[in-house]
Amino acid sequence: MATAVQTVERENYLNSNYGIKSWLLTTDHKRIAVLYLISITAMFWLGGFFAMMIRLELLTPAGDLVSSDTYNKLFTMHGIIMVFFFLIPAVPAVIGNFVVPLMVGAKDMAFPRVNLLSWYLYMAGAITALTAMVTGGVDTGWTFYTPFSTTYSNTHVIGAAIGIFIAGFSSILTGLNFIVTIHRMRAPGLTWRRLPLFCWSNYAAAIIMVLGTPVIAITLLLVALERAFHIGIFDPRLGGDPILFQHLFWFYSHPAVYLMILPGMGVISEIVACFSRKRVFGYEFVALASIAIAVFGFLVWAHHMFVAGISVYAALVFSLLSYLVAIPSAVKVFNWTATMYKGSISYNTPMLYAFGFIGLFTVGGLTGIFLASLGIDVHVHDTYFVIAHFHYVMVGGGVMAYMAGLHFWWPKMTGKMYPEAWAKLSALLVFVGFNTTFFPQFILGYMGSPRRYHAYPPEFQVLNVLSTAGASILAVGYVLPMIYFLWSLRYGKDAGPNPWNATGLEWMTSSPPPTHNFDETPVVTWEAYDYEHQPQEEITVGH
Amino acid sequence: MATSDIGDIQVAERALQHHFADMEQQRDTSSFGMWMFLLTEIMFFGGLFCAYLVYRASYYHAFVEGSQKMNITLGATNTAVLICSSLTMALGVRAAQMGKPKLMVILLLITIVFGFGFLGIKAVEYHEHWVNHEFPGPSFHFETGDPAHPATDPQHTEIYFSLYWAMTGLHALHMVIGIGLVAWLVIAGLMGAYTPHYYNPVENVGLYWHFVDLVWIYLFPMLYLISKKHGG
Amino acid sequence: MAEHKEETGSVGHIAPAKLYVAIWAILMALTLTTVLVSMVDIGPMNVVVALVIATIKGTLVVLFFMHLRYSPKLTMATVIAAMFWLFLLLSLTMTDYLTRAWSTSPGH
Ligand code: HEM
Ligand SMILES: [Cu+2]
Repeated sequence: MATAVQTVERENYLNSNYGIKSWLLTTDHKRIAVLYLISITAMFWLGGFFAMMIRLELLTPAGDLVSSDTYNKLFTMHGIIMVFFFLIPAVPAVIGNFVVPLMVGAKDMAFPRVNLLSWYLYMAGAITALTAMVTGGVDTGWTFYTPFSTTYSNTHVIGAAIGIFIAGFSSILTGLNFIVTIHRMRAPGLTWRRLPLFCWSNYAAAIIMVLGTPVIAITLLLVALERAFHIGIFDPRLGGDPILFQHLFWFYSHPAVYLMILPGMGVISEIVACFSRKRVFGYEFVALASIAIAVFGFLVWAHHMFVAGISVYAALVFSLLSYLVAIPSAVKVFNWTATMYKGSISYNTPMLYAFGFIGLFTVGGLTGIFLASLGIDVHVHDTYFVIAHFHYVMVGGGVMAYMAGLHFWWPKMTGKMYPEAWAKLSALLVFVGFNTTFFPQFILGYMGSPRRYHAYPPEFQVLNVLSTAGASILAVGYVLPMIYFLWSLRYGKDAGPNPWNATGLEWMTSSPPPTHNFDETPVVTWEAYDYEHQPQEEITVGH
Repeated sequence: MATSDIGDIQVAERALQHHFADMEQQRDTSSFGMWMFLLTEIMFFGGLFCAYLVYRASYYHAFVEGSQKMNITLGATNTAVLICSSLTMALGVRAAQMGKPKLMVILLLITIVFGFGFLGIKAVEYHEHWVNHEFPGPSFHFETGDPAHPATDPQHTEIYFSLYWAMTGLHALHMVIGIGLVAWLVIAGLMGAYTPHYYNPVENVGLYWHFVDLVWIYLFPMLYLISKKHGG
Repeated sequence: MAEHKEETGSVGHIAPAKLYVAIWAILMALTLTTVLVSMVDIGPMNVVVALVIATIKGTLVVLFFMHLRYSPKLTMATVIAAMFWLFLLLSLTMTDYLTRAWSTSPGH
C-alpha cells in the first residue's frame, strides 16, 4: 500500500496541535467530524433518556408515571432531538465529514470554514431548542402541526422552531459542502464511475439537504411569526389553511426521512463489499438508485396526509408515486444480497450491523408500502403501526448503519481497534433489543392502539411490557459501545492504516490520518471495490 | 506592466487556500458554491411563493382587494432602482475583472446608494400600510370596497397582507445583508485585495445581489400588478 | 478581441460594458411595459403578460448579469434544478388544492 505503517509518533490530525482553541477554531474536516461526534452523541443520550421515560410510562395501562401533558412533551422532545439533532447529522456530519474528503483524495472539504460554521450553527440550534425544552418544553410533536402549534399550545413552540430553523442552516451548509466537494475536489483519475458508493449516497442526501431544508426553514419561521403576530397563514379561524402547513412540512420531511437513510445505505455498500471481498454487484445501479431515491423522495410527501383532508384525487396520485420510491430502495437491497452471494464473508462487527440493517430496513420499507396504500393507511394512520414502521427504517436502518460505520471507520478515526468480542455482543443485543421493542408495536398498531397517548386499554399491556423490556436490552446494546470505544482510545490495539484490508483511498493513508490527509495527492487508476486485485490477506484483526 | 502582473499573481497566490490545487480550481469551486447557495435561497422563498399561489387561488377576490392598496408608482420606481443597482453591480464586477480597483469601488458605492434608495422607498410604503392598519394582527382593519363581492372576507385580505409583509420583508432583509456585503467589498477593495487573478468575493456578492433583484422582479408583478381591478 | 472568447483561465469571461447597458435598457423598458399593460384590462391575459415579462426579465438577469451564459454546464444544471424543484413544490401542492372541488364529500 502507498503508505506503510510508520512509527506511532507520526504526526496526525489529533496530535498536530493541542488545546481547546485548536479544536474550536479548526477547519480540518476530521476534527470537525469529531466535534460533531461528541455533540450528536450527547444528543443521542438525551433523546434516549426521553425514550426510556416514554417506555416506562407505557409499562402500565394507567397514566401513572407522568401526566399526559408531560408525556406529550416527552415524545415531542424525543422526536425533535432524535430527528433534527441526531439522525439527520449522524452519518453525513460525523462519518461523511471524516471520510468523504479522504475518499475523494482531497486535502479537505471545498469550504473548510463553512464546514466549521455549520457545526457552530448546529450547536446554536441545539442550544436554542434545549433552552426551550428546559424552560418548559414543547408538546406539539416533532411535526408542529398547525393550528395547535400556532394557536393552542401553551408551550415553547417558538424557541423549538427557531432552534430547528438554525440547525437547518447547518444542514444546508453541510449538504452544499458535500455537493461542491464531490464535484470539484476529486483526485485525478477518480471519475464518477470510480467514486465509492458512500460518496454517491452522501451526494444524494446532500441534494435533499440543499433543496428541502430551506422549505422547512421558511415554514417553521412562518409558524413562529404566526404564533407571535397572529398573522393567520395557517390558522383556520383567520381564514388560513392548516393543511398548507402539512404540505410545506412534508415537502421537506418526507425527503428528510430518506436523508436519514441514504448516507446509511452508503455505509452498508462499503461494508458489504469489504466483508464479502467482492465488488458491489451492479455498482451503477446502486449509485443511480441513490439519486433516484433522492429525486422520487420529493414526489410522495402527501402520503402523510391521506386522512388530513386533502383531495382524494391528490391522495391517489401520491399513493401511486409512493410505491415508486420503493423500487430504488429494493434495487439496493437486492444488490447487497447479490454482492454477498459467493463472497468470502467474514463476520466482523460492521458486517453484523450491516446484516441487521438489510433485514430491518426491508421490514421497514415493506410496511411503508402498506402505509402508502390508501385503504390500509386510513385504518392504521396515527397508530403504533406507523411508529413501528418508521422505527424499523430509522433505528433499524439509520442508527444501525451509523453504528456499522462507526465500527468500520473507528480504526481510521482513532488509529485504535475496538474490542471485537464486546462489539459483537453489543451488535447482537441491539438486534434482539430492537426487534423486541418494535415488533410488538406493529401488532399494537394493527389492533388499533393509537400513538401519542400516555394511557391505553389493559388488553394491550402484554405487548407494551414486551416493548419496554426490549427497550432496556436495546439501551444496554447502545451503552456498551460507548464504553468500549472510550476504552479503546487508551487500550485498543493499534489499527495500522488498513485493518480491514479494504479498498478506497481513505485506507491508503495512515491511521489516524495526517492533517493534510495524503502526503501527495493520490492518482486513481482503478475501479471502486477492486477486491479481486486486492492482496487476499486475511483480515488481520478482531478474532 | 510586467512587474504589476507579477504583483497581481503574488496577491493571488496569497489568496489561494491550501486545499486547492490552483486558482482556477478555487475560482470555479467558489462560484459553484455560491450558485448552490442561491439554489437554497430559491427554495427558501419558494415556501412563500407556494403559500401565495395557494391563497391567491382560494381567495382571488380578497387578493384583488388587497392589491388595490399597493402604490404602483412607488413599486415601479423601486423596480427601476433595483435594475439600476444591478447594472452598477455588474459593471463593478467587470471593473474588478479588468483590474480597475478604483472604478470598482466607485461603482460599488453607487450600488450601495441604490440599495439604500430601494429600502427608503420601501420604508415609505411600509409606513403608509402601517398607518392604514394594513399590518396583519390585532390592529388590522380593512373595509371591503367591492360592491360586486360584498362578501369578501377581510380576514382573507389579511392573509394577502401577511404574505405581502412576509415576502417583501424577507426580501428587504436580503437587501440589508447585500448592502453589508457590498460595503465589505468596498473596504477590501480599497485595501487592494482584488486583482484580475483573484476576485471571487466580488463575483459572488455580485451573484447574490442580482439574485435579490431577481426575486423582486417576480414580487413586483405578483403583489402589485396581477390582481389589479379593472373598470370597476 | 481576446476578451470575447471563452476563457477558462483564472480570469473569467469579461463581457463588454455596452452589453450590460443594453440589458439594463431592455429591463427598464420591460418594467415600463408591464406597468402600462397592467393598466389595460385584457382579462386573464393580464396575469400571463405580467408573468411572461417577469420571466423574460429574470432570464436576462441570470444569463447576462449573472454570467450564466459564460458559465460551466454545472452552473446551468444548478439553475435548472432550482427551477425544477420549485415547480415540484408548487405543482404537487396544487394537485391537492385544484382537485378538492371535484368531490363534494370525502370518499365520493
Ligand atoms: C420504502 C419506502 C417508504 C414508504 C412507501 C413509506 C411510507 C410511509 C407512509 C405512507 C407513512 C405515513 C403513515 C401515516 O402516518 O399514516 C410513513 C410514515 C413515516 N415514515 Fe415511511 N415510508 C418509506 C420509507 C421510510 C424511510 C426510509 C424512513 C426513514 C428513514 C421513513 C420514515 C417515516 C417516518 C418518520 C414516518 C412517520 C412520521 C410521523 O407521522 O411522525 N419511511 N411512511
Ligand atoms: Cu413519508
